[in-house]
Amino acid sequence: MTGFRRLPALLLTTLALVAGVTGCAQRPQPTEPPPGPVADPAASFPAKVSLPGQDSVTIAQQPKSVVSLSPTATETLFAIGAGEQVTAVDRDSTFPKQAPRTDINALNADAATVGSHDPDLVIAPESATELVNGLRAVDVPVLVTPAAENLNQAYRQIEVLGKATGHGTQARDLTARMRGQIDELVRTTPKPDRPLTYFHEVSPDFYTATSRSFVGSVYSKFGLVNIADQAQGDFPQLSGEEIVQANPDLVFLADTRCCGVTPESVTQRPGWGSLGAVQNNRVVALNDDVAGRWGPRVVEMAREVSNAVTNAQNP
Amino acid sequence: MSTRRATPSRTTLRPTHLLVASVVLLVSLLASVLFGAAELGVGRVLAEITAQLTGGLSPLSEREAAILWELRVPRAALGVAVGAALAVSGAAFQGVFRNPLADPYLLGAAAGAGLGVTTVIALAPGWGSEQALVQLAALVGSLGGVALTWTIGRSAGSDTATLVLAGVAVTSFLTAGQTFVQQMRLESLQQIYMWILGRLAVTGWAEVLSVLVPLVPAATVLCLCARLLDLLGTGDDEATALGVRPRVVRSLVLVSASVATAAAVSAAGLIGFVGLVVPHLVRLAAGGSYRIIVPLSLLYGGAFLVAADMLARTVLAPAELPIGVITAFAGAPFFAVLLRTRSTS
Repeated sequence: MTGFRRLPALLLTTLALVAGVTGCAQRPQPTEPPPGPVADPAASFPAKVSLPGQDSVTIAQQPKSVVSLSPTATETLFAIGAGEQVTAVDRDSTFPKQAPRTDINALNADAATVGSHDPDLVIAPESATELVNGLRAVDVPVLVTPAAENLNQAYRQIEVLGKATGHGTQARDLTARMRGQIDELVRTTPKPDRPLTYFHEVSPDFYTATSRSFVGSVYSKFGLVNIADQAQGDFPQLSGEEIVQANPDLVFLADTRCCGVTPESVTQRPGWGSLGAVQNNRVVALNDDVAGRWGPRVVEMAREVSNAVTNAQNP
Repeated sequence: MSTRRATPSRTTLRPTHLLVASVVLLVSLLASVLFGAAELGVGRVLAEITAQLTGGLSPLSEREAAILWELRVPRAALGVAVGAALAVSGAAFQGVFRNPLADPYLLGAAAGAGLGVTTVIALAPGWGSEQALVQLAALVGSLGGVALTWTIGRSAGSDTATLVLAGVAVTSFLTAGQTFVQQMRLESLQQIYMWILGRLAVTGWAEVLSVLVPLVPAATVLCLCARLLDLLGTGDDEATALGVRPRVVRSLVLVSASVATAAAVSAAGLIGFVGLVVPHLVRLAAGGSYRIIVPLSLLYGGAFLVAADMLARTVLAPAELPIGVITAFAGAPFFAVLLRTRSTS
């Protein structure tokens, strides 16, 4: 009886071996290497990241508690899928709505207040020098994000934020999408016969941004000429007389939310009734936050500019 | 107060003084209207003014006319009003405190007005654009600042140096209060910062009127009190013997000067040194009597600020420089020379 029980077992084993060998022989050879440790975000750490002009930062593990004190960085973190890692953001991080806002202001926050959120990564603006020094003194990794000067620097910053939080792939996908959308907008915007001039208003007392600023670089992609470019610095204050004299073709208001300026209210300003932009309804109300940040929503800004340039050519 | 006798060198306001001051004011006013960031051309602007006076044809385009009549002319008028207010109040403060170093900025008036306006801008953002409320806050702060200086100075001693030191302490305290309020509302920082640096910005004739309405009665009172300031300079006992009530005169002058300061500060921010430099130059050029200093400071103050504003608009064109920077460039070295002269004498 024992021999009869061994025979089927031997046959089954043989069958299994034959089937296994045959199966292996029939399976196609893999064309790509199997997913390795790199696909696991946690496995891409420790990560060393750096931005232009800033010290590099080594992040030992994928951060689980990120404090963002830069509204631009907050928008970016949520756009690349790192939102769940964000435990606190500053008071000016107004977008997206689900961002965990606090009363922290990067300009005057102290390290203890920020440290109370137990961050394993803090993202701070360049202006928060004291805070950054304080946090580094207690060994909290701080990634300082300087203001981008042009779109390429903005893309790089998004990708660095992706690398720092373990979302490198999503960040690269995002920048590729942004590049494509902006290039498409530039390509499809009709070119005017002569370069159009513009005034970008940052505040009602005529602070503005020149072409040397980030927002100025967006306008430049559409061939617009800034009336403030002869002034010193990125954000000079123009005299009212200079603006009326320059008579810009387009006026963009980036002080609609902060200061309640509207295309209608500017018509009441002394001398502005004589501006071509006012007479031809070419005063564009922007969202201050979108116009003042260099994050993913810059595509919206580019779309506003594209629409304005298009409308200016359709009397 | 000290009963030290101070004898003015000259006491009569001559018609030539007024004529020269008026001409200087008119010339600076005309220069301010003729020159600016936009090059309208002197001849064309003069032709435009003539055309407006005679009903002739305007040589300017619509935009150029807007620059001239809606921007330059109201701004020049505001400059005259603010400069006159600061200078006449500076002269009055010097008379009351019997100290040529006294000015609205040293005695806490401007810092008090600054604290008042900062509080309104920062803590009542919606109301911060209400000119009347801003003016009221400036007036309350200005009067409070001077009252504090006066009280502390009198309790600490009767010499003028003590009063000035009291003013320095009060100014520091009020400035700290201003900084505290700013830190509470950092989003208002830029608006407050620009206001602190001083700027003549007009949205029409409303700003000009907002200074002129309180300034005209205040300046009238100060001019009428100029003779009494001279009498106070002879000492309280002598003044009382001549029928003057020193306490009443001082109160009247202090309130009027504070009103003038508040009117200027609420419209144009903190513009320093005008109230110090202008009365001094008048004293050097025309004599030490307040019957001369007060009215002439009014005229020369207007001329000085209009000229400073013209520089502010053109030095960094197309950008604009805060006018407080120009007055500080002119006033700070003057103040240093003044201190040195006094210490060596």
